[in-house]
Amino acid sequence: MKKFRFLLTLILTLAVLLTACQTKETEPVVEEETGPFKIAVVMPSAINDLAFSQSMYDALVMIQEEMGGEEAMTFVYSDGMFVVDDAAAAIRDYASQGYDLVIAHGSQYGSSLQEIAPDFPDTSFAWGTTVDTFGIDNIFAYEAASQEGGYVNGVIAASLSESGVLGVVGPIETGDAKLYVDGFVAGAEATVPGIKVNVNYIGSFSDVALASEAANTHVAAGADGLTGTAQMVIGAIGVAEENDALWFGTQASQTELAPAHVVANQVYRWDVVLSEILDLIDAGTLGGTSFVIDLANGGEVMDFNPDFELPADVQALAEATVQGIIDGTITIELGE
Amino acid sequence: MISDLFSMTVLVGILASGIRLATPYLYASIGETFSQRSGVLNLGVEGQMLLGAFAAFYVALTTENLWFGVLAAIVVGGLMGLAMAFVTINLHAEQGISGIGFYLFGLGLSDLLFQKMLGTVETVKGFPKVHIPVLSDIPVVGEIFFRQNVLVYIALALVPLAWFVLNKTTLGLKIRAVGENPEAADSLGVSVARIRYFTVVLGGIMSGVAGASLSIALLNVFQQNLTSGLGFIAVALVYFGAWRPWGVLAGALLFSLINSLQLWVQVLGIPIPSDIAVMMPYILTILVLVLTVSRVRPPSALTKSFERGD
Repeated sequence: MKKFRFLLTLILTLAVLLTACQTKETEPVVEEETGPFKIAVVMPSAINDLAFSQSMYDALVMIQEEMGGEEAMTFVYSDGMFVVDDAAAAIRDYASQGYDLVIAHGSQYGSSLQEIAPDFPDTSFAWGTTVDTFGIDNIFAYEAASQEGGYVNGVIAASLSESGVLGVVGPIETGDAKLYVDGFVAGAEATVPGIKVNVNYIGSFSDVALASEAANTHVAAGADGLTGTAQMVIGAIGVAEENDALWFGTQASQTELAPAHVVANQVYRWDVVLSEILDLIDAGTLGGTSFVIDLANGGEVMDFNPDFELPADVQALAEATVQGIIDGTITIELGE
Repeated sequence: MISDLFSMTVLVGILASGIRLATPYLYASIGETFSQRSGVLNLGVEGQMLLGAFAAFYVALTTENLWFGVLAAIVVGGLMGLAMAFVTINLHAEQGISGIGFYLFGLGLSDLLFQKMLGTVETVKGFPKVHIPVLSDIPVVGEIFFRQNVLVYIALALVPLAWFVLNKTTLGLKIRAVGENPEAADSLGVSVARIRYFTVVLGGIMSGVAGASLSIALLNVFQQNLTSGLGFIAVALVYFGAWRPWGVLAGALLFSLINSLQLWVQVLGIPIPSDIAVMMPYILTILVLVLTVSRVRPPSALTKSFERGD
């Protein structure tokens, strides 16, 4: 009887483990050599997070359409891979299943990739956000110059602020999150010298409740314009809406979450990088190059909420700022 | 800089936000207190919260009735509790392992349902803040305590109620007896299984409502892994509170207040690195645990399954 119970517990536990760890596939794996180009992606959050993971998912859908649909390119993904060990196992699985390109979409996956890539010399790997290819010739790296859109958002926010206080909800002080936050602060300070831009990092990419409380803190400190980066900001956007504060988005368009309060979003267009990577793979190069998306190469786009009535002078200033960053007349001085 | 911390705006801000942050912990921890007092460690709280949060959100979104949402969270949390009770009480499965199993089940299923039934992050109009007449106008106190949403008030009211049930009723006496010495309780005619079923299902219901307090009252959104570890902290708070409702309240408030304090520390520009600031609540919790652990003793039968000897 005891043995039976143990076995039953084991089976139940394994069953639930398997439900939790299942991989979602858009398409059954096609195993023909001459078939479509096959891409696999591992992402830390959900494909519909309105932020980091969604920006990559949207890019893949776009590229697939450009290439002519599923006959030309198929992709599968594992999302919600916030446990790095699980992600590493998925990366290795995809590589051994013969995918042409395996993307590890998250800077936390770097050291795993460094270990796995040399075992699959005929597979191309890409990861970001980073500039580091580890000197391994089948790894591409990609990064976002997120300070650029951050700067533009900062300029608009400072121009619209009546209280002279802005608030930023950051995840962890690192990578493109830090670049975005520093860019936003620089843009606001360059536009309205002496403006107060309060920043708090909550120490998590996923804690929606704490992000929401961080936004409440900013509002209580007098902020009438808020921004934030990473997938946990959905809680903060609700706080902006509730308190009639403006919201500035990044990574993907967040307009639908608060249509009356989102002013503008910096949208990542990873398809720009992906097309370049696919061209290189086509020409026989499997890695070794790093890419940056920015306003100049169209990898970052400022998306204005059409339903928000932005005063004409602020709109003009925002557009001039974008142009200035592209042609180099505006340089962004980042903090330490 | 540091003196800014003691301004009225900041103090009110810290306290009001501390109470909001404490709400989901309170529901989950009080429910868990009942299960643990009867001898069942339920580590599946996080999974129950996630499913409760999703059920509440989905039902509130589709029926546009927030109370139906709460009801859905109660039903889903209760069912999860029932399953946990069956596995641990009837099948005598190891409590810790099956709890982790239920956590993973809740995490996976809530994500799957979210992807299939909603597909994208949406918002719902959640429980509004209720200004309690007269009381909410009291300076400072009014702003902190009496301008919150209804689920915050219910959570706070549950603390004395839980204390009363556990300490002043026959039911409470039976729960405690079953958790301390199930053999003795059994010999006196108390059904150990029935009492444990009751507390574990109650724990599931409370965890479900804890999830609802996030998805349709505090945040008004649902996304994958919305609870992000809150459920595990809720279990830790039961230890922290020494298995007593008032202790759990103190722990939830302390943890949440330190969390909101660290947000203010950063906003005021007090020069503490953000990495250190976000560690403050955890460091303090560990410190208090270490200092108090020698004084308190868990229920004797905690994690031990019970089989009638006859």
